[in-house]
Amino acid sequence: MPLLLDLFLTYFKIGITTFGGGYAMIPLVQTYMMEKGWLTQLEVADFIAISEMTPGPFAINIATFCGIKTAGLPGAFASTLGVIMPSFIVILMIAIFFSKVYEKKTVQGALSGLRPAVVGLIATAAFTIGMGSYFPNGIGGIIDFKAILFTAIAFLAIKKLKINPIIAVLLSGVIGIFVYM
Amino acid sequence: MKKTKLALLLELFICTFKIGAFTFGGGFAMIPIMEDEFVNKKKWLTAEEIIDVFAVVQSAPGVIAVNSCIYIGYKVAGFWGAIVATIGIVSPSFTIIALLSTVYMQFKENAIAMAALTGVRAGVVALILLAVVKLAKRSVKGYFGWTIATLSFLSVAVLKLNPIYIILTAALVGIVFENKASAKKKEGDQ
Repeated sequence: MPLLLDLFLTYFKIGITTFGGGYAMIPLVQTYMMEKGWLTQLEVADFIAISEMTPGPFAINIATFCGIKTAGLPGAFASTLGVIMPSFIVILMIAIFFSKVYEKKTVQGALSGLRPAVVGLIATAAFTIGMGSYFPNGIGGIIDFKAILFTAIAFLAIKKLKINPIIAVLLSGVIGIFVYM
Repeated sequence: MKKTKLALLLELFICTFKIGAFTFGGGFAMIPIMEDEFVNKKKWLTAEEIIDVFAVVQSAPGVIAVNSCIYIGYKVAGFWGAIVATIGIVSPSFTIIALLSTVYMQFKENAIAMAALTGVRAGVVALILLAVVKLAKRSVKGYFGWTIATLSFLSVAVLKLNPIYIILTAALVGIVFENKASAKKKEGDQ
């Protein structure tokens, strides 16, 4: 099979079987990459760290990275296209269909359960990222009190001064350089 | 004067590009930025609608950031809207990774980048918490809502379950309760 097609199909498979966010795909990515010999386990592990330092969804980052390493820019296009294609098709169908059933009692019922569940899931993201930064060596290791204070001050500042989220991200990065260098 | 379709598509591209460029820490971390852009600034969606979008796109394969943008893109400007929004959310990642791929090992050990990232993470936690407070006020109501929200949080944060199971269970529970509630209401009417 031509490499570009192989990249596209492999990432298509990863894209269509990933439910519940980018990080849920890590085990799957690891398996496929080693099976195909495209990336080593160490490279995948390293890349997870890199991906956290660069913006954007993990899924897109890893697809682009793997594509470019194996087949240059065309490879990056093939794998990125592959990983988003399933979402694109499924979401488009949902978008077309959903507005027609939105008023239905069953859909409203499902949504009444889904809305609070999603709020809980979003809180999980804060928890996971927070744990990672307050306990940089894992639970039981050292505690980064500076980071806890950082979050507390940021919370109050963003709330009181109504700082735009993008500015808040940029400011956090700049202040981080001063605090942690 | 009514905006031309092209202007709308351009706006959609800039908006989703910004979301892609400033999201650190995974899909949910972009929710505060998304809400600010789509709900507060552009008014393409109401605050209630956006949480429904998050709920619905969770049940489809793929990642939430890309999925939400495809959905909102379609809602705002049809098929081409979905295409443009997808390109918008993907291009910052794509460009940065393509540029970094040759020097990524140096980047990983770069002290300035590490320090900035530590700050960004701590700040992003604050952003997400603020979004959670705001969303909870609107979308988590009564014992029913708080029980689901708490269980959903615990099962992913502590038990590390895949969110898709939470989504499916919550939808089912919602349908069952809705049916019970309307059955009760019917009894009451008679």
